[in-house]
Amino acid sequence: MALLDVEELSVTFARRNQRPVRAVDGVSFSVDAGEVVGLVGESGCGKSVTSLAIMGLLPKQPGLTVGGKAVFDGTDLLKIDDRSRRDIRGRDIAMIFQDPLSSLNPVVPIGIQVTEVLTRHRGMKGEAAAKEAAQLLDRVGIPDPKRRLKEYPHQLSGGMRQRALIAMAVACQPRLLIADEPTTALDVTIQAQILELLKDLVRDSGTALVMITHDLGVVAGMCDTINVLYGGRVVETARRRPLFRQPRHPYTVGLLGSVPRLDAGRGERLNPIPGSVRDLLPWPDGCAFAPRCTRRIDSCVGEPPALVVTHDSRGYRCVNPAPLPGAPGEEVREVVPGSATPGSVPAQAVPDDPPAVPGLAATPSEEDVA
Amino acid sequence: MIRFIVRRLLQLIPTLFGLSILLFIWLRRLPGGPETAILGERGTPEMRAAIRQNLGLDEPILIQYGRFIRRMVRLDLGTSISTKREVTTEFLQRFPGTVELTITAMVIAIGIGIPLGYLAARRRGRFLDHASVGGSLIGICIPVFFLAYILKAIFSENLGWFPSSGRQDPTLGATRITNFFVLDGLMTREWDAAADAIWHLVLPGMALASIPLAIIVRITRASVLEVLNEDFVRTAEAKGLTENVVRRRHVLRNAMLPVATSIGLLTGGLLSGAVLTETVFAFSGIGAFLADSISQRDYPVLMGFIMIIAVVYVLVNLIVDLSYSLIDPRVRVR
Repeated sequence: MALLDVEELSVTFARRNQRPVRAVDGVSFSVDAGEVVGLVGESGCGKSVTSLAIMGLLPKQPGLTVGGKAVFDGTDLLKIDDRSRRDIRGRDIAMIFQDPLSSLNPVVPIGIQVTEVLTRHRGMKGEAAAKEAAQLLDRVGIPDPKRRLKEYPHQLSGGMRQRALIAMAVACQPRLLIADEPTTALDVTIQAQILELLKDLVRDSGTALVMITHDLGVVAGMCDTINVLYGGRVVETARRRPLFRQPRHPYTVGLLGSVPRLDAGRGERLNPIPGSVRDLLPWPDGCAFAPRCTRRIDSCVGEPPALVVTHDSRGYRCVNPAPLPGAPGEEVREVVPGSATPGSVPAQAVPDDPPAVPGLAATPSEEDVA
Repeated sequence: MIRFIVRRLLQLIPTLFGLSILLFIWLRRLPGGPETAILGERGTPEMRAAIRQNLGLDEPILIQYGRFIRRMVRLDLGTSISTKREVTTEFLQRFPGTVELTITAMVIAIGIGIPLGYLAARRRGRFLDHASVGGSLIGICIPVFFLAYILKAIFSENLGWFPSSGRQDPTLGATRITNFFVLDGLMTREWDAAADAIWHLVLPGMALASIPLAIIVRITRASVLEVLNEDFVRTAEAKGLTENVVRRRHVLRNAMLPVATSIGLLTGGLLSGAVLTETVFAFSGIGAFLADSISQRDYPVLMGFIMIIAVVYVLVNLIVDLSYSLIDPRVRVR
């Protein structure tokens, strides 16, 4: 059984006099113990909202509806009360955020921000907690940890801050770590170091990792399984190798085609996906990607595309997928009809879309796919 | 730190110098003079001239100013024209009352304002929020003297819970040391005198607290709302910390920064006297005395009091700046 099983997760923000906005529209994926899973997609595709919904960290506001299931180790995280959720957060599931400076409290020393997790979940106090905190900082590669414990976030460099946040997240050896764009705010050399650190940590401790990113380079280097999101839905799920070798969903094909490659021939042009994220069809009316899709056929519009699950447990939501090179046919194991709640618009289609959750915006990265 | 304090205190000197020039010009330009206040409308021009000569007001203004500066350097503020007592004595007798009143008002304003502002922010859009925002609007709008009279009518005259005027019951015959009546009572172990002085502070303190309270509620609420949206609060929640720790360590500490600034400014303002409240409750502080001195054209009192108030204001703000660096490590005093 999977460690985390997200089924048909949906998040809707309803606002007065406006059509409700579906930030997440039936996302399903699962994470096995020790596995590294990627959630990939453009800004506003619902990656961050998915993770915040699982953690129960969406800002409590009227009009917010969270549906579906997120079963962690037999418990549905969406159904439990606030107190049990606080017990699980930080101890069993921890999270790392995008911007390390704003994610740290500016007026509290790093030491206290680390030890407060230890005090809360492991009952450690005073000297013992400080010692453990220093060890944690040492483990994430912060030199001179004893001195750093007394310092404030503004006295640390960007990479150090992200390391400190990682130290807080792994303080209780959680079974699941969710990293929401952990390298976006850092420069490229530091990005590589932080990814390396995360890789080492999950390998050594057997922690499962959900890596949320817009950056295919990050996914290529780390993830076992990858879920590609578009318009608040998973449009393709596959293991890393098959996904990069033989992407089936035209959106995944487009994503891979728009990444600059070192091994591309001279003068070869990049192939951006035509149109913009605003050109989006609400799922009930068909495939959300159809307006931008190069392989669009008539049956793309009308009803949401079914989820096709193939023999190698890949899945894609497309009626006209990219063909497998050299293999004329494939064994389709299961077809799950797509369903969608009518009457709402996907988040990406909303003009001047104010991110319902801070930290949704992402900048494109120039890193290439290795 | 020490250098910062010394530099700020040295900055006081040019500030006071400039203020004294402005004050001097402004006071002398007021129509009429102390002789009118003393003689009324009946004085003959000769009597007026005699008084002016007696007070040294007939000399050229530059000479008068020079004399004033010479005295100031020796920390001598002169003698009041109307009470014939040393200005310093007058000040030391009245200022403690104002300080006690200010402290009472600020304790009420902070003690109610910060928790109320915090709760309003947490219950945003619900009844408590609307009630406190609306209530604070009323608090700002309502004239202080009107509120003072209402408080006096209800709690003193109708219910008889609190005394209606003065700083202490004179029949107690309390010993005076510092003229801080509460402090004196505690120092001399005259507990009944201290309690009576506190009792006398409640109603004027409440009246005076109304505007600072309203301002603190609003600033706290706005500041907490802003901090609640900060990423680090989400981080704290993601760590599974109890609500109590999130609130105290992560939300309130950060939300207090703008509140601290406004508390400093409000305290400084209250210390310069509360004319209306002091008048309604016949409370002997500097406010009412200062107002009288203006109508009496009591130049030495006005000059002296306003100069000291300026010093106090600067000191209060110095303390606020120092406390700021305690709350926020990013602010380093240099």
